[in-house]
Amino acid sequence: MKYLTEFRNGEIAQRMAREIAAVTTRPWKIMEVCGGQTHSIIKNGIDQMLPAGIEMIHGPGCPVCVTPLELIDKALAIAAQPGVIFCSFGDMLRVPGTEGDLFQVKGAGGDVRVVYSPLDAVELAVKNPEKQVVFFGVGFETTAPANAMSVHVAKRRGLKNFSLLVSHVLVPPAISAILSAPGHKIDGFLLAGHVCSVMGYWEYPPLAAKYKVPLVVTGFEPLDLLDGIRRCVIQLEAGRHEVENAYERIVTFDGNQAAQKLLAEVFEVTDRAWRGIGVIPRSGWRLSAAYRDFDAEDRFHITGIHTEESPLCRSGDVLRGAIKPAECAAFGKECTPRHPLGATMVSSEGACAAYYNYGRFLSVEELASAGAALSK
Amino acid sequence: MCLAIPGKVEEILTEGDLRLGWVNFGGIRKRVCLDYVPEVVVGDYTIVHVGFALSKIDEETALQTLDDFRAMGVLDAELESEEEAFARAALAPQSPCPDGSCNSR
Repeated sequence: MKYLTEFRNGEIAQRMAREIAAVTTRPWKIMEVCGGQTHSIIKNGIDQMLPAGIEMIHGPGCPVCVTPLELIDKALAIAAQPGVIFCSFGDMLRVPGTEGDLFQVKGAGGDVRVVYSPLDAVELAVKNPEKQVVFFGVGFETTAPANAMSVHVAKRRGLKNFSLLVSHVLVPPAISAILSAPGHKIDGFLLAGHVCSVMGYWEYPPLAAKYKVPLVVTGFEPLDLLDGIRRCVIQLEAGRHEVENAYERIVTFDGNQAAQKLLAEVFEVTDRAWRGIGVIPRSGWRLSAAYRDFDAEDRFHITGIHTEESPLCRSGDVLRGAIKPAECAAFGKECTPRHPLGATMVSSEGACAAYYNYGRFLSVEELASAGAALSK
Repeated sequence: MCLAIPGKVEEILTEGDLRLGWVNFGGIRKRVCLDYVPEVVVGDYTIVHVGFALSKIDEETALQTLDDFRAMGVLDAELESEEEAFARAALAPQSPCPDGSCNSR
C-alpha cells in the first residue's frame, strides 16, 4: 500500500477498493487495453489494492509496442536515405528494428527529427522543399486525428515532398481478436478513455453482446481506474455485459464528430500486423485512395525487408495477456530496458518495462509461494 | 504516448485554413490545432494529444488531471522538446537488435 500516499484522495481510493472487495464473490480477470492505464495501474499500485481474486491483465495497449517489426525496419531504411528528413514521436527512437533503431540511424548521419505534432513535420516539408519529409504515423485512434490532419493539410497545400509511414491500429478489432482466441481468460475490459474521446463508444455494444463481456470506458487517474474496475466487477457479479461510461467528464457516446469525419476521409480499414501478435484482420488504418500519393511505403519502394523476432522474446504472449511479463524466461535476464528483446520492454508504457521499472519481478504464482513461505 | 494532457487555451489564431491556439500545460506552452474543437474559446480547458485538442473539459477536472499526471511522471515525456527526446534516448543505452546482427558494428 506504499503507493497510496502518493496520490490525492487516498482515502476515497481505499474506500473504493473496499467497495470492490465487498461486491466480489469470485475471481475475475479484467484487461485494460491502454498503455497509459497500464502505467497508471502499476505506478499507483492499483492492482495491489484489489481483492485477491481480481486480476488486471495488461493488454496490447501501447502503440509503440505493437508497431510491427517490419514497419520499424522500413522506417530505419527510409530514415537512412540521403535527402530524407524522417520525423517521429520521441517514443519511437529506441524501438529496436532488426538492425538498430532510429537513434542509431541519426548517429550514423541520418536526418531524424522528433516532432511534438505531425503538423510540425508538414512545416518542415514547407521549409525544406528540396528534401523528402516523412512522418512516422503510429498510434491508436487517439493519435489518428493528428496524423490525418497532417496529410490533409499537405494535400491542400499541394506538397509533393511530404509523406506518411502509416502504422495505425484500432482497439475494437484487437478486443475481438483477444476474445475470439481459444482459451482466453478475460472476463471484462476497461476501454481506453482517450481513444473513446475521439471515437466515442458506439462501436462497442455489438462486441459486448457478441462476446458477453462488460466493457467500461475508463480514465487514467487512480480514482478513474478504481471506478472502472468497480463498475466492471459489479456487472460481472450481476451477470450483465454492457458498455458503460465511467469517464463521462471526457467521453460521450458519439465522440468527436469532426475528427471522425476527417478520419473517414483520410483513412480506410486494412489488415494490420501487431508486433508479437501477428496479423489481426481489419485492425488498422491505411491511407485511403484519395490520399495514397502520400504513402511513404509507396513513395520509397522499400524492398528486401525480412523481419525476424527474437526466439526468446514472449512479448506476443504478454500483449495477449497469456502471461505476465515476469513469466517470460528472458525477463530481467537477457531482456531489460537497457537491452530489450521485444518492444514491450522498450517503451516506458510497455507492459514489460512497466513491470521491470516498478520491481514486479515475480509472477502471481511466485508471489503466492513467496507469501506462503514468509508466513511459515 | 496515448495520453491527452489538459491545458488552458490562452490565445487563438488562424494560420492558413488551420485554427490554432497557444495552450498552457501547467507552465509549458505549446502551439495546438483547435480544428477538432470548434466550440473551444480563449480561457477554456481542453485535452490535447500530439498537438491536437480533442475535447473541451471543465477547469476542475483539468487541474486535477494535470496534478495526477505530474505525480505519475508522465507529463514530461508527453510535452518534451526535441532536444529532451534525444537526450532521453541517449540515456537509454544501445539495445542489441533482436537477432544480434547489429552488435558487431
